[in-house]
Amino acid sequence: MTGSGRTERTVDVLIVGAGPAGLAAGAELAAAGAGRVEILERDQEAGGIPRHCRHGGFGGRLTRGGTSGPAYARQSVAAAVRAGADLRTGVGVTGWAGPLTVETTGPTGLEQITAKAVVLATGARERPRSARLIPGSRPPGVYTTGELQQAVHRYGQRIGTRAVVVGDEPVAHAAVAALRAAGVRIVAMVTDQPAAPVRVRRSVPLLTGATVTGIEGRTRLTGVTLRRTDGRTTTLHCDTVVLTGDFVPDHELARRAGIVLDSGTRGPAHDAAYRTSRPGVFAAGNLLHAVEPAGVAADEGRAVAVSVLHRLAGTDEPAGEGRPLVADAPLRWIAPNVTGPDAATRPAGDRFVLRTARRLALPLLVVSQGRRELHRQRLLLPAVPGRPLHLAAGWLDRVDPEGPAVHISAS
Amino acid sequence: MTVTITTAGRLPGAGGPEGTYDVTVVGAGVVGAAIARELARYRLRTALVEASDDIGNGTSKANTAILHTGFDAVPGSLEARLVREGRGLLAAYAEETGIPVERTGALLVAWDTDQLAVLPELLAKAERNGYDAARLIGADELRAREPHLGPGALGALEIPDESVICPWTTPLAFATQAVRAGVHLHLNCRVTDIGSAPHGHTVRTSRGPLRTRYLVNAAGLYADEIDRLLGHDVFTVTPRRGQLIVFDKLARDLVRHILLPVPTSAGKGVLVAPTVFGNVLLGPTSEDLDDRTATGSTADGLDLLREQGRRIMPALVDEEVTAVYAGLRAATGQEDYRIQDHPGRRYVAVGGIRSTGLTASMAIAVHVTALLAGTGLELGPPHGLPPITMPNLGEAVPRPYRRADLIARDPAYGTLVCHCEYVTLGEIRDALDSTVPPQSLDGLRRRTRARGGRCQGFHCGAAVRALFEEARP
Repeated sequence: MTGSGRTERTVDVLIVGAGPAGLAAGAELAAAGAGRVEILERDQEAGGIPRHCRHGGFGGRLTRGGTSGPAYARQSVAAAVRAGADLRTGVGVTGWAGPLTVETTGPTGLEQITAKAVVLATGARERPRSARLIPGSRPPGVYTTGELQQAVHRYGQRIGTRAVVVGDEPVAHAAVAALRAAGVRIVAMVTDQPAAPVRVRRSVPLLTGATVTGIEGRTRLTGVTLRRTDGRTTTLHCDTVVLTGDFVPDHELARRAGIVLDSGTRGPAHDAAYRTSRPGVFAAGNLLHAVEPAGVAADEGRAVAVSVLHRLAGTDEPAGEGRPLVADAPLRWIAPNVTGPDAATRPAGDRFVLRTARRLALPLLVVSQGRRELHRQRLLLPAVPGRPLHLAAGWLDRVDPEGPAVHISAS
Repeated sequence: MTVTITTAGRLPGAGGPEGTYDVTVVGAGVVGAAIARELARYRLRTALVEASDDIGNGTSKANTAILHTGFDAVPGSLEARLVREGRGLLAAYAEETGIPVERTGALLVAWDTDQLAVLPELLAKAERNGYDAARLIGADELRAREPHLGPGALGALEIPDESVICPWTTPLAFATQAVRAGVHLHLNCRVTDIGSAPHGHTVRTSRGPLRTRYLVNAAGLYADEIDRLLGHDVFTVTPRRGQLIVFDKLARDLVRHILLPVPTSAGKGVLVAPTVFGNVLLGPTSEDLDDRTATGSTADGLDLLREQGRRIMPALVDEEVTAVYAGLRAATGQEDYRIQDHPGRRYVAVGGIRSTGLTASMAIAVHVTALLAGTGLELGPPHGLPPITMPNLGEAVPRPYRRADLIARDPAYGTLVCHCEYVTLGEIRDALDSTVPPQSLDGLRRRTRARGGRCQGFHCGAAVRALFEEARP
């Protein structure tokens, strides 16, 4: 016990967050005999975001065609537990007490847990209305997809009758599905992006080039105001607004540790071994790139396990040697975003993931370090905001470890 | 202890003479609740009536949450005296009841030579207001005290006793103690008309009539309307909107003091202040409006705040925004409170309580009670109020999630529900079961902070709503 009534414990690997990345890391590490592998989940139930996603397509490669989110979450939990990871739900990490020591709160009391390696897998959230600085009054009825899905699927709560969905990324379609399940009519989907060159048949009207400029209604939501690119303003009458996408990493623990963040992703800066700037602290999943599908997060969980095993065995490279990878505009970010640790280590899937701020038709990606070009690659598909584009990782062994930052540009 | 709080239906006991209240306070903001609490010391039948569904639900919930010293008040004004006295009363009361307060001190920062030249005048004014701990500091000391301040700050006036306080717990403490001491609280009870006779008033409300011998008007933004119902035309409330931005807790380490602007002819300017919850506030704007319900934010207002915030503290505006809100201050065109007794009418109007009202609330209550006595109300001897301890929402002392002793007694205090704000099941349960329970999710947020954090309910919103709906079907 510490002076403040905390029980002190030690484990070999501590994983924070039992979503797809944390569970996959835990399963892999426990199976590899990493010793005591403990996964902490602050929610009462493990599985992460997929628990609330009723749509299919989860774990496609493992299950041939995919399964629903809740089934995927159950399978991921079962795999981690079966492998021997110690999964503890309802235990929240509230801060750090040392470089590899965290403080926790749970119904059984306060703890201080020290590990040989810590994996942060704390995921991401959609930015709510306030963070998007959407002006207007503050009636109830404004949701993020995350809250909506839980309200509908987990609690069966009453939502409303007419909804506007903001965003047109895949998550927006999940919001539409949840609204329909709750019997809500969808007035429109709106996006500030321009219309796509190819028209897609849609079951919901899509307003493109429309920015949300306000929420109306006092005790109840009555409408949402939009400004179109041509300057016209419109009010859509509705009693529910769902703000979808615009994910940001839940990086509080990383920040509280003083871990260096990548200015593009706002998640921890990390190399292909998923090492952060703090030795012994690793990161995986959507904390690093908000957001990729659950399967990508799980792949990273498995990849980070390999690096953690090196750390436990003392066969890892010294940290802090990598060069920053910088995504130049209109690219928004790249992950991983630090080079290293060595020529042999490649990111999960042997590729980098990137985002663009605007649509690019068949872009040419160029990787350069100073004046030296390391790689160029023409993408065979258009790059679209909110969707991933990928860059092969084969050029990593050509990076000069003493050289300047590596830039990735698109044209 | 019989607690009477009604939220719907006809007001009880409106019929016969036994149903007549001695005093009725209109408006359960921080001022009305403080007055009701003060009256609860006496053997009186007191009612506190409120148009909305919660106490502290208007201007009281949306201000800058500063416990002022009154250093910059107009010397000799009623406001100056009541702020000075109220500060002492509220600081002691907060200590006694557990209302979160943090004595951060304030720095009034000069950004140009004109502002710098004004600082000695403000120092002299503080001394005229009986506050002698203020002092001038130079640019180097200022930079050392606030390393994240933007470039160009030339110096500051330090006011070491300016503090931040919880704006939600304060009126809740007043109302809780008042109703426990026998004051009747009637919510959702809008006053529509007042008929006066020599022996008292018949107050018509949205929930039927109420008879009262004495009347106190603490209706805030609507104080002039209530005043007119009694035939007076003394002042007009012009709502002055203040929009504010609340930044993420990860910004809290950027700022150490309340950073005040130097008041100029263009207005009081924008401040940056820590909150007791561990966030950072930026605001307020100052917009004179006609609409007393215009508590919305605007794109222009938020742009202006971010522009000014970028100058004061550039790193601040790069942090995530947790909340945006707007409050309306009850300006009356006079640089002082307008507290007026009408002895012949058994009536006291409490108008024009500006942004200092939170600080002054307890002194206003003492002042108004004395005025009521002066108009003929027999107070009798005061008796002690039942002691209360409020739930701690502040970061200065450990909250339940950090308390091994509480969790050992009841695991619900170790069961986290709202992860951004570390709010536990035990605290939510306690709030739903409290003397003055919340009537809405926003009311629950003001009592616990649940779903008030950076995710605004993305993670916990549905779970918190389920707990609320289970308790209050």
